Amino acid sequence: MAMVLKQPSVLPGFGLTLGFALFYFSLIVLIPLSGLFVKTTTLSWEQFWHTVTEPRAMASYQLTFGASFLGALINGFFGSVVAWVLVRYRFPGRSIVDALVDLPFALPTAVAGIALTAIYSSNGWIGRYLEPLGLKVAFTPLGVLVALTFIGLPFVVRTVQPVLQDLDMEVEEAATTLGANRWQTFRAVIVPELWPALLTGMAMAFARSVGEYGSVIFIAGNMPLKSEITPLLIMTKLEQYDYAGATALGVVMLVVSFILALMINLIQWWSGKRHTTT
Amino acid sequence: MSTEIAARVKNEEWKASLTSESALVRWALIVAALGYLTLFLFIPLAAVFTEALKNGVESYFASFTDPDALSAIRLTFLAASLAVPLNLVFGVAAAWAIAKFEFVGKQILTTLIDIPLAVSPVISGLIYVLLFGAQGWIGPWLAEHDIKIIFALPGIVLATTFVTVPFIARELIPLMQSQGREEEEAALTLGASGWQTFTRVTLPNIKWSLLYGVILCNARAMGEFGAVSVVSGHIRGLTNTLPLHVEILYNEYNAVGAFAVASLLTLLAIVTLIAKTMIERKTASSRTAHDPVWSTQPGNPL
Repeated sequence: MAMVLKQPSVLPGFGLTLGFALFYFSLIVLIPLSGLFVKTTTLSWEQFWHTVTEPRAMASYQLTFGASFLGALINGFFGSVVAWVLVRYRFPGRSIVDALVDLPFALPTAVAGIALTAIYSSNGWIGRYLEPLGLKVAFTPLGVLVALTFIGLPFVVRTVQPVLQDLDMEVEEAATTLGANRWQTFRAVIVPELWPALLTGMAMAFARSVGEYGSVIFIAGNMPLKSEITPLLIMTKLEQYDYAGATALGVVMLVVSFILALMINLIQWWSGKRHTTT
Repeated sequence: MSTEIAARVKNEEWKASLTSESALVRWALIVAALGYLTLFLFIPLAAVFTEALKNGVESYFASFTDPDALSAIRLTFLAASLAVPLNLVFGVAAAWAIAKFEFVGKQILTTLIDIPLAVSPVISGLIYVLLFGAQGWIGPWLAEHDIKIIFALPGIVLATTFVTVPFIARELIPLMQSQGREEEEAALTLGASGWQTFTRVTLPNIKWSLLYGVILCNARAMGEFGAVSVVSGHIRGLTNTLPLHVEILYNEYNAVGAFAVASLLTLLAIVTLIAKTMIERKTASSRTAHDPVWSTQPGNPL
């Protein structure tokens, strides 16, 4: 049986390494995660449905998904511009800028949260100029958008950048020689190549933003029905010892995360297939 | 001769002009990109250090001598020093099995490893509360035997470990897959033992990616906020890690203290980025294309 499941190899250690990896991963990740689903079965369907559709939960989905979507759009546009500028142009400090793009990955979210709050509050470096314009950012839903845009910033840059780097310049040269102007070349030649990477990057930014907690809670103001994100609502329920309610919302978030991960894999599979056929 | 060179230069210039934008567009794009990054990256980064040093260097350093801050630093290092080696062993074992062997379910296992990156940090903590909390599955048994997991060190280590499980594995798997197994097979044929083959052949080949994975894993382990926040209970001097300490100070309106502690974590992030850049340059020759190691999979590291 083992011979059918695994191709023979002269290298040693297969049983030991795979056995340990499976044991460890089940213990740390799979068993605890499945506990979440098992726990929901202690709720009746009516209880579950009531918990995940109550107005406070609905308002939190709207904010979480809405702000994540807007953040992904902003990052889709500016992330592409950043990737373009980093690949195509040379300017002083380019390599430092390139390295710093990953800062939102490396910076602990709590640090990002308090830094953004300090800047965008009414006496902060940026907030003081926005407030006279009637724009309050910190402690409003707009603050959630700012934090989620920060968190999602590297994704589009890092997915679009390698595709731009590998792009064949001769195709662009050909397009221009055949009479296309630069804008036409960009739209008809470059954009179709970038599209799958751009979509992947935006989906990743969205998926990351939906679950984000640390950077948002400082800047959001956290008012129920107004500026409360779903992960915070889960936290609040936990603090009130409402384990069942927290679990129900957790399951909703988890299912959404899995669907998003599946979508990202599908986009990558689709773009991979497209590239091998062309 | 010189006319030929001149003609060639002219030809190159002409070709470049075909694929470049007007100076105006070029500058507009550079200004847009840098403006966006300034707004969302450079200003927040500068704000951390400015706010931390607001009341001078003395009160900046005083923030670290506070016993609660010291105990937070100790706990953060302790949790990372347990989570990182665990995930290092897992990462190497998983990468060895996945990259060097062909077996049924390999693709599924590779995808599963990334799960912790797709899960919200709050849920990463919640699952352990459901298992070990007072109302959890084995909570009552633990309470009877006086074992504390939630609101104690084991819970913090577990949550940290969960969040950082994939980091080292996902650095090693693609690299070891691309390296194949010929070198190991040759070593074995020449009479090396399995362990010798690993330490003398495989390890030198993967050392930079391994180091990079450890640095990433450590940065995330020390900086994790959401998951640890759920299981910690925020007991000052006992179950407070550095990111949680930042939150407590900030909520107490001790902005200078909060930003001083935050500046430590920011320095850790900057060191991580420098290490990333250096290791990427070191491995650039062996990797053909630019490899966006941090973001090729759903969810993301850090």
